[in-house]
Amino acid sequence: MKRTSRKIETEFAVVGTGIAGFAASLFAHARGLDVTQVGHSGAIAYTTGYLDLLGAREGALLDDPWAGLDALRTLAPGHPFARLANDDIRTALSEFIAALNTGGIGYTPVGARNVKALLPYGVTKPTLSVPETMQPGIEAKEAGAPTLIVDIEGLQGFSAQEFQTNLAAEWPGLRTAKLAFPGLDGRQVFPEVMARSLETRATREAFAELLRPLLGEATHVGLPAILGMRAPDAVRADLEERIGATLFEIPTMPPAVPGIRLREMFEQALPAHGIRLEPQLKVAKVDLGTDGARLTLHGPMEDIEIDAASVLLATGRFLSGGLASDRQHVWETLLDLPVRQPASRDDWYRATYFDPRGHAINRFGVDVDEGFRPLGANGQPASPRLFSAGAIISGQDWVRERSGAGLAIATAYGAVRAAAEVLRQPAPRYSAGALG
Amino acid sequence: MARRYETDVLVIGGGATGAGVMRDLALRGIPCILIDRRDLAAGASGGNHGLLHSGGRYVASDAETAAECRRESELLKRLAPQCIDDCGGVFVAVEGDDPDYARAFPDHCAAAGIPCEELTPAQARKREPALPDSVIAAYAVPDASIDPFRLLLENVGHALNLGNNAYLPHIEVEGFEIDNGAIKTTRCRDMRSGEAVEIHAKQVVSATGAWAERVARMAGCDDVQLVYSKGTLIISNTRIGNGVINRLRPPGDGDILVPGGTVSLLGTSSVTVSDPDDIHPTNEEVDRILSEGADMVPVLSDTRFVRAFCGVRPLLMEKGAEADGRKASRGFALFDHESEGISNFATITGGKLTTFRLMAEKTVDLVAARLGNTAPCRTATEPLPSGDALRWTEPGAAARDWHERADATDTVLCECEMVARSVVDSIVADAPGAEDHMSLKAIALRSRIGKGACQGAFCAMRVTSHLYDAGIYDGPDGLAQMRDFITERYRGVRPVLWGAQLPQTELAEILHVGLAGLDMTPGKEKDGTS
Repeated sequence: MKRTSRKIETEFAVVGTGIAGFAASLFAHARGLDVTQVGHSGAIAYTTGYLDLLGAREGALLDDPWAGLDALRTLAPGHPFARLANDDIRTALSEFIAALNTGGIGYTPVGARNVKALLPYGVTKPTLSVPETMQPGIEAKEAGAPTLIVDIEGLQGFSAQEFQTNLAAEWPGLRTAKLAFPGLDGRQVFPEVMARSLETRATREAFAELLRPLLGEATHVGLPAILGMRAPDAVRADLEERIGATLFEIPTMPPAVPGIRLREMFEQALPAHGIRLEPQLKVAKVDLGTDGARLTLHGPMEDIEIDAASVLLATGRFLSGGLASDRQHVWETLLDLPVRQPASRDDWYRATYFDPRGHAINRFGVDVDEGFRPLGANGQPASPRLFSAGAIISGQDWVRERSGAGLAIATAYGAVRAAAEVLRQPAPRYSAGALG
Repeated sequence: MARRYETDVLVIGGGATGAGVMRDLALRGIPCILIDRRDLAAGASGGNHGLLHSGGRYVASDAETAAECRRESELLKRLAPQCIDDCGGVFVAVEGDDPDYARAFPDHCAAAGIPCEELTPAQARKREPALPDSVIAAYAVPDASIDPFRLLLENVGHALNLGNNAYLPHIEVEGFEIDNGAIKTTRCRDMRSGEAVEIHAKQVVSATGAWAERVARMAGCDDVQLVYSKGTLIISNTRIGNGVINRLRPPGDGDILVPGGTVSLLGTSSVTVSDPDDIHPTNEEVDRILSEGADMVPVLSDTRFVRAFCGVRPLLMEKGAEADGRKASRGFALFDHESEGISNFATITGGKLTTFRLMAEKTVDLVAARLGNTAPCRTATEPLPSGDALRWTEPGAAARDWHERADATDTVLCECEMVARSVVDSIVADAPGAEDHMSLKAIALRSRIGKGACQGAFCAMRVTSHLYDAGIYDGPDGLAQMRDFITERYRGVRPVLWGAQLPQTELAEILHVGLAGLDMTPGKEKDGTS
């Protein structure tokens, strides 16, 4: 078959399909921009599903992320959060959560404090907003409610016993049980498969039949995150009615359902709103011009050229391919933007893995200006029409800070705001096209 | 009150030599206790290439060691084939290497009785396609690769089956009580529980490798003098050579590449250190090994490495010898300490993994004579049996087993190395040194857990969950075990963090911090962070 080629013209091209990329598309669309989003699958399946804003600073957990952000502006002025006001960050998160709710995945509203979200091994994590399917677990723990944790035969990396043992001192009302998932008994089972299966009424009926006799005194039941893919709140409500107890989900090891839910929801909702989405394509090349950029992509059967009046880089770090390294250097992969780094690999990583200061390499990335424009070698923006968002930005350590989603969403908001300002200005008359 | 043990022979040090001594004693019917302050193969026995030397490496410098290697390697290939991949080896010189040194190699081999076959560069490249066009000389020798972990486990396992003995991990010697020219009591500490332990033995053997000088000094003996030579190696994600590839030149950095099942090991550096404890591979050593190694096997420049590790060679200081690790003797020495006024103490150190059996034989000959036991040594004739819980250290073994059994209910806990639940269960139940609340590190030592591309990112969580599920872990210390294991794995990963291995570690940190919260959870061992 002959390869075909396709040209797309757009105002705002988003490179990357993680939370930063999806958030940027939403925000840009809401501001009336014509949006095209591209990128390969990304690392979204690695998320717990929690929307962290700022959960830790220098080895200590934070209750109040907003006060933490205030402190960050003084103590770490180079941090990407320092380029935004708390009100902007709050607006960004609220808009994002509203979009999730509209898309069918309920999330708790932005609050004044972090909540203590449950993790699978009996540790809690300060986070800002959690899926509605996970919220009752937080409440049950706070109330010390009699709760049954259920794990599934053949599910790896999730043990009700482990959860219970490590939380028993704080939560004496915990009990555990194990069941075989209907139709999958015995073999290795995957959360994604169970979640899709629970979207069918017959599986829910069978699953509830297995759960009900295990309840005993329990008012709450905690399960690994498997309660449906497209309509988790409806799946949960239906199962709750069948068993007569409150259900909640606990995150699992990747690939995990909460992240896949987000990806599938966006992949469906964005095109429905008129955003062009090419989710399984990797950008091969970006050529910056004076009034935008040209993106080149090679699909299995076609080549795509995107002429974009502005571009947002949300390509992530090493895991997602936004950064790469050899024995001597770290570089940015699409435009070879400068990445500030020490002279030697010796200074990338600390001697001790859990050193509370974190590893230097996690703070490498692209430097940005106030409008989240990556800086070129001369310290000036590489282009007035190139922006970036998310983990690729330097000066943050989202893993240790527990700030991944917040950082992605807030920087996407800041970058889109700056891009919209540029795009609202009339196009320069001396552009290459006009001269030709 | 201290926990007390009585036995005929106390063997200190769970390396290859100590394990060999334990088995040799058992075959002669002599009761013993083997202790190690950490666990089996914690020192140089677990920190080497896994090269069963034909002796070719030493023909030019030390004909005696070379001949010993030849005899012992022939014997082990016959008696312990389950631990050995008889893959053969080549010695190759490339452009820039001294052609005279290369030319002399066959004569040196002949003098030590080592079979050596000249290969044309084309023949050498046919045998080892990874060799470059720049080969100027090549010889085939009967090198092989040996799994040191399995070798140790099988020796200890066989000894335990023979009975009248015990292996106790994490027991550290704190001092000796000496009375009338003999050690009456060895005072120890259980490093896990903190409990005091006293061992009363008629004979005490120190097979403590690089720590032999220190242990001897605790007994007031100043006759053991060692040079500590640190050697660093790196492990690739895939197997590179068909057999062992040696550089045909005076021993230097990065000049031996040894296959180990599905991976290859490249080494070593040789750095004299003042202290055998707390040694770690450095980036500088890794870069040096790699750039030297790439002259011999160019593909190494683009190879993904998953880990670096190191061991300390205990080299015997000879009178007037300069402290140069590469030139010092690779031979071994048995000290009877009688000149130091102790009548029931012996130290065996120096030597090679390849000669561990011979070292054990000489030691037990001395100890048996002192005990009046006249049974002959049987380790040179008796095949080493295979234990069921002991065959999981070889890269690829667990995967083969899993595919052959095709049991879908036996879920795979470690996907990189295909280690199934049943393997972990058999180790926890039956492997030498198995104990309550067995640490992830101890399970990993007896399997391939944490040794694949992900270096424990996923399997640490899966195995921990399984151990909770199975009731092996029943308190919060399971998380501490997981943290300790991950912390220990990282030390070896850090020097190879670039290219393809780096994103793996980024993902690991996302999981360990974001999903498990381990950065804020206490570990059991000191790791320098608190």
